[in-house]
Amino acid sequence: MSILEIIIITFVKILFIITAMLLTVSYSVYFERRISAWIQTRLGPNRVGWEGILQPFADVFKLLLKEDIVPEKSNKPLHTLAPFIALFVAFSTYAVIPMGPEVTIFGYKVNLVVADVNIGILYVLALTSLGVYGITFAGWSSGSKYSLLGGVRASAQMISYEVSMGFSIAGVVMMASSLSPVAIVNSQYGWMWNAIVQPIGFITFVISAFAETNRLPFDLPEAEPELVGGYHTEYSSMKFASFFLAEYANMIIASAMIVTLYLGGWQVPYIDKLGLGETLTTLIQVGAFFAKIGALIFFFIWVRWSIPRFRYDQLMNIGWKVMFPLSLLNVVWVAVVLMIFN
Amino acid sequence: MLTEFGKIFVFILLAVVFVLIALFAAKLIRPSRPTKEKMLIYECGENPVGSPWIKFNIRFYVVALIFLIFDVEVVLLFPWALTYQDYGFYGFLVGLVFLLVLGLGMAYEWRKGDLDWERGIISPPILNEILKNKKAPLKINDSENQITEEIKA
Repeated sequence: MSILEIIIITFVKILFIITAMLLTVSYSVYFERRISAWIQTRLGPNRVGWEGILQPFADVFKLLLKEDIVPEKSNKPLHTLAPFIALFVAFSTYAVIPMGPEVTIFGYKVNLVVADVNIGILYVLALTSLGVYGITFAGWSSGSKYSLLGGVRASAQMISYEVSMGFSIAGVVMMASSLSPVAIVNSQYGWMWNAIVQPIGFITFVISAFAETNRLPFDLPEAEPELVGGYHTEYSSMKFASFFLAEYANMIIASAMIVTLYLGGWQVPYIDKLGLGETLTTLIQVGAFFAKIGALIFFFIWVRWSIPRFRYDQLMNIGWKVMFPLSLLNVVWVAVVLMIFN
Repeated sequence: MLTEFGKIFVFILLAVVFVLIALFAAKLIRPSRPTKEKMLIYECGENPVGSPWIKFNIRFYVVALIFLIFDVEVVLLFPWALTYQDYGFYGFLVGLVFLLVLGLGMAYEWRKGDLDWERGIISPPILNEILKNKKAPLKINDSENQITEEIKA
């Protein structure tokens, strides 16, 4: 392959992923509203287009046309930088998530991942840690008490759960002996999904992912009854939309990471034994990847509308006294299992 | 040759360009009619009181410190997790000792109560003395009673 072809293929993949991400993010907002309405026996947005299917576009145009209010007492450069960091971090993480096996399209061998780097997991961890800066800057620079409290709470919560998240990932890395997401997916062949091999790590990772994305049982940073909007109280217009998009993008990344690390990525158990032909198998595998992500997003939404919010001390106690020892135990468990079977 | 990291760089660049376009497109078409009331920070519709950068709980600082310690240990754990199988039982034991020390550190912090979010209220010594020596508050009550009695009279 010439360098021009590689560049063109990379650009096509990047544009495809960014468009797909924007669509999935805006539609996950729509589905969240519809599913929450369904859970609470309401109607939900159903006026714009058939069953409200155009609602996300109406929302985007509304937010584009809204006036942007920056409070006088705020730190203006940081106030502008914060939503930028949040959205940029949420976008960049998609570069390393594998969506399918290597396929042949029009005679070109294409790997269905933008960049197959050997440290992909570290890349995701590093970028999601950067996301804390966006929220902390937003909280501090707004010059509002609600924002400050929301920002401080968010950063404390995110760093608390990041430790147990890191230890859970260490278990996966031990199984695959690699930090590359592609290798991790390949290591979960058949029923060797990490969710089955190391259930404790799976549970701690899922719960930490809920806390990292500030989703409902852990949405203390923006707890509406006490902190108005938390760290984005003073944001409006497109800057608010950035935080909103970043939150849902993070939810999708968390689902994609859970699928990649624990649920076998694009693997469907023993599909290659059925003799369906290469094209059909690949299509089923890519479909399975998106179906798994969809199911997890539904799970995220379902949990949000079923479980009440934790108190802040409960949140911290679960993070340090339950999640952290459990994830440590998981590392030992995986080490012992590997020693016995190798 | 475009390496895998080069592809990531292109991706990050495109993401930055996209976010910038989204934020600047909005700037071109939205109205801007600021008034003094709009520029105030939100405080339940009242005029904001005092500095917005209020004091917050010192516990957040302790959490950040604990995080720093354990996150460095996560970083040290990753290289071991990648390669320990090459060293067989020896590699396994080394990791186990490391995890044991880590667990001991956590047990120590747990015992010291640094992992508790809510700790018992430590009252300043002066307040303790006043509470022990109950004459002081009684006197105040007495004088108040006297005053009210005087007023009644």
